This record gives sequence, C-alpha cells and structure tokens, in this order.
Amino acid sequence: MNNIEKYNKVFMESLGVTEEQLAGLEYTGVDSWDSVGHMNLIACLEEAFDIMMETDDIIDFSSYEKGKEILAEKYDVAF
Amino acid sequence: MYFWDHLEDYSERTAVIDENGRSYSYRELIDAADIFAFATVPRSIVFLQCENSFASIAAYVGFLRRRTVPVLLNDSLPQDRFEELVSIYRPKYICCRKDFYGGGEKSAELEGYHLLRTSYEQSPCDHSLAVMITTSGSTGSAKFVMQSYENIQYNTDSIVSYLGIINDDCAITTLPMSYTYGLSIIQTHLSAGACIIATEQTLMQRQFWLLAKEHKATTFGGVPYTYEILKKIRFGQMELPSLRYLTQAGGRLSKELVLEYYEICRNKGIRFIVMYGQTEATARMSYLPWEALPEKAGSIGIAVPGGEFSLEAADGSIITEPDTVGELVYRGGNVTLGYACSADDFANGDSHGGVLYTGDMAKTDADGYYYLVGRKKRFLKIYGNRVNLDETENLLKSEGYECACGGKDDLLYVYLVGADETLEKEVIGYLSGRLSINFAAFRVVPVPEIPRNTSGKVLYSVLEEQYGKS
Repeated sequence: MNNIEKYNKVFMESLGVTEEQLAGLEYTGVDSWDSVGHMNLIACLEEAFDIMMETDDIIDFSSYEKGKEILAEKYDVAF
Repeated sequence: MYFWDHLEDYSERTAVIDENGRSYSYRELIDAADIFAFATVPRSIVFLQCENSFASIAAYVGFLRRRTVPVLLNDSLPQDRFEELVSIYRPKYICCRKDFYGGGEKSAELEGYHLLRTSYEQSPCDHSLAVMITTSGSTGSAKFVMQSYENIQYNTDSIVSYLGIINDDCAITTLPMSYTYGLSIIQTHLSAGACIIATEQTLMQRQFWLLAKEHKATTFGGVPYTYEILKKIRFGQMELPSLRYLTQAGGRLSKELVLEYYEICRNKGIRFIVMYGQTEATARMSYLPWEALPEKAGSIGIAVPGGEFSLEAADGSIITEPDTVGELVYRGGNVTLGYACSADDFANGDSHGGVLYTGDMAKTDADGYYYLVGRKKRFLKIYGNRVNLDETENLLKSEGYECACGGKDDLLYVYLVGADETLEKEVIGYLSGRLSINFAAFRVVPVPEIPRNTSGKVLYSVLEEQYGKS
C-alpha cells in the first residue's frame, strides 16, 4: 500500500466515510469528524505512519487536504 | 433574589465575547435578552436551540427574566427529531437558528436567531418551573429534567462560593450550553458579573486556543474525554498564563489522570477541581477541594455548600461506617422538581422533595471523602453523556434487532444476534445518529444468542464475561 492509500484508509476507517467523500472533507464537515473523531484520526495516522505529531499540527489539521500538506512538509511522508 | 433579575448591577462590565472577538456588555446582553423575552408571554414554553453564542445566551437570559420556560435542545439535534419533540411537548414558541427551522410566525430576531410562534396554545405550567434539560447532554431521550428558579439560584450560589468565581474571571466554553455542566458554567459566571467567551470552536481547533489566549480565559471545564484530548495535544506544555483553574465533571476521570492533571496544574500554578453532579441536582453535588490533592485523588470529594450526602444500604438503613458501600443519596436545594415526559407534566410541582437517590454506589473514607464504586442503574457515561443501556436496547429492539447492550464508560457494546459487517454498520450508524454520539463509541459484538435465566432475564454478566473484554 502506498502512502496515499494508507492515508485514505485511515480517514475512511476512523471517520467512517467513503473514498468519494474524502476530497474537500473538513473538520466538522461530517458528524463523525468532531473532536472525538479528530482524536481517533490523529492517533491512527500516527500509528500508520509511525510518527508523533506536534500540538500545532494536530490543531491545524483542519481538512483532508491540509492534513496531507502537514504530513508531507513536517513528517516526510511522500504522497 | 435571582441573579438574572439583577444583571443591571454589572451593566458596563463585559458579559460575553463571541468567537469573532466581539464583546458585549451586560447592558447589551440585557437589551438583547429583552428582544426575545418580550416577544413571549410569561409561563409559556419555548424550545431553545442552544449553541455557545451571544444570541443563544441572550435568549436564555431573556426567558429566565421573563419567566418563560425554555426547553434546552442541543444544536446537533437532527430536524426530524426536533419536530418529533415539538409534537410531544407542543411549545408555544421556538427560538432557534434561522437556517434550522422556519415553521410558525416570526416574532423576534437577533444575530442569526429568531423566535417563532407555533400554532400550539399554552400548556399549564407550575409557577416554580424555570427550565427543562435532557439528562443526557445529547438527544437520546425525550425525557426532560424540570429545574426550578430556586434550584438554579441555589446551585449557582453554591458553585460560585466553592470555586471562588470572581468578576474578573473569564470562562471559555468547551461544553454544549444545553448540557447541564456547560449551562452551569455560563450561569455561575453571569451571576458573578464575570465574562464568557462563547465559541463553538473545539479544543482541537487553533481558533479556540487563540481566543483563550487573546481574551485571557481564566477557566474552562471538561468531561473525562476532554482531558484525554488535552493530554493528546500536550496541554502541559501550552502557555496560557491567564488560566486560574480547570474543572472536571461529567463522569469519572481515572485516578491516574487526576494525578497527572494535579501535577500539570501544580506546575502551572493553577488549580484542578474534580466535581460530581447530575442534571437531577441542577448541576453539581460535590467537589474535591484542590488542597485535598494528591492524597484524595479518585474521590468525588465532599458535598457542595448547602448540600448533604448520605449512603443507604439495600435495606434502607443509613451507613455510617467508612469503606462500606451504599447508594449515594443527596439532599439540598438544588434537587430538581422531577421529570417531564409530555406537555401534561409541566404542571406537576416538586416530586423529589429535595432528596435525590443518585443511582451511584459509593463509600467514604475515614475523613468523609466520597468515592464512587459503581452504579445501581444500567447506564454508561459516554463523552460526558449519560446513556441508559436499557433504553438503548429498547431503541434497537424497536428497530427489529435482537440484541443486548453493555460495556463501559466511553464504549458501548451491542451484543447482536446474527451480526455481520452490514448489520454492524447499520446498528452503529443508527445509534450514532439517534444519540448524536461519535460512532467510535459503539462496538458490535456478534453473539449466537442472548443468554437468559429461566425467568427470561438477560444475563448481562455472562455476556460481559464471554465477550466484553477488550
């Protein structure tokens, strides 16, 4: 599985959304992406990519796209 | 004397700062409150869609002052469920976001909120009834707790005194306004002439922390889950010099986390106050004084000023020995009137008589500090919301599922006969939507059958033993 597949899978599983919903998905954009969902999402991403995210990055992680940007820039995840 | 009738005393002080940074004085709050208040008739029922915003707080204050009775509803309540409740409770008015609901005749509006007159006539309503709140912070049940004006004032005074809330305090909202703990934070600060930063932003959003910093928040509250989140985002390393103290309620925080927050807060030079309460007691019944930590970590502390605890054995006798478990019973002026299950109940007066059987099993230590050890009733606390397991089970059964419910706080198990992946998704989706709780809180466990004893009672202990370990 490449990184984008991994990233998508974590999103779909921890937020219970489909692949079609991913593009443009934002925090609170679906019921499941509330603060509980956010915490699960971050925990699963950390596990999947074996990283430990900084506070600033956790609270800036406001959308599907923004998350990709953060992982690529700060945590060397190549998409 | 009720604090909401005397907000004029604070007139030029700041009452609310909204999430755009706009501040409103108590004078402006009163003026806004009047817009809603005087569009209603005293002793009538109004559905109030709650959110942490200036308009929502102003409407609430207006209804208290006007003696109109608001039924507080969470803003995440789906519209069909909202309409279902409207048909059960027949409110004379609906006060909500304009984009949420538009049925009825508009009689007032302010900042995205409007007040609508429905076609229902006024239901008779007891003179002491002030407000109605659901027992779970969310939307599971159509049952409301009826709180009186005395209840609110009594509990507010008590909380202001033990927390030492002063008019320089500034609380930032972290909990829904329709949730008794969130509401009590708003009420206590208004009563003290203090300030509320009203925001729908969550701890997981940068804007929340910017607001807290810029407007010098001195306090916020959290349920156990909030403190898990704070740990995740390393609250211990954050710099928020204006903070004075934090409060925790809405379920039992593990002793380990209490000790962890004790250390974090001590390092920051702030206090951490663990509290215990129920909607049936308006909000708070006990608190753990900061000075009692770390020694009493894990305790819910002592009764709030004016209140009194006792422990009752199964035979009704009073337990006086330490370390002996009994049902926790609370007495005080904040014990609410009773429940409403339909519009006919508004006229019922006080049915509790100032005594509340909490349904929690507890014991004391030799110093008189109380410790919760279990529950008499079958319910869980999920992200601070009380979820009744039998009600949840009945909901699912009425949808045609053969199941039993169990689990632990923050994780509800549905033991489901014939469960496969499709059914699992269906059940979890249904519960999550119906209870307005994130789907991560539910787990479906496939079982071949629901074990029962000879008289047909579900053997929950067997289910838990066989499948309930995670």
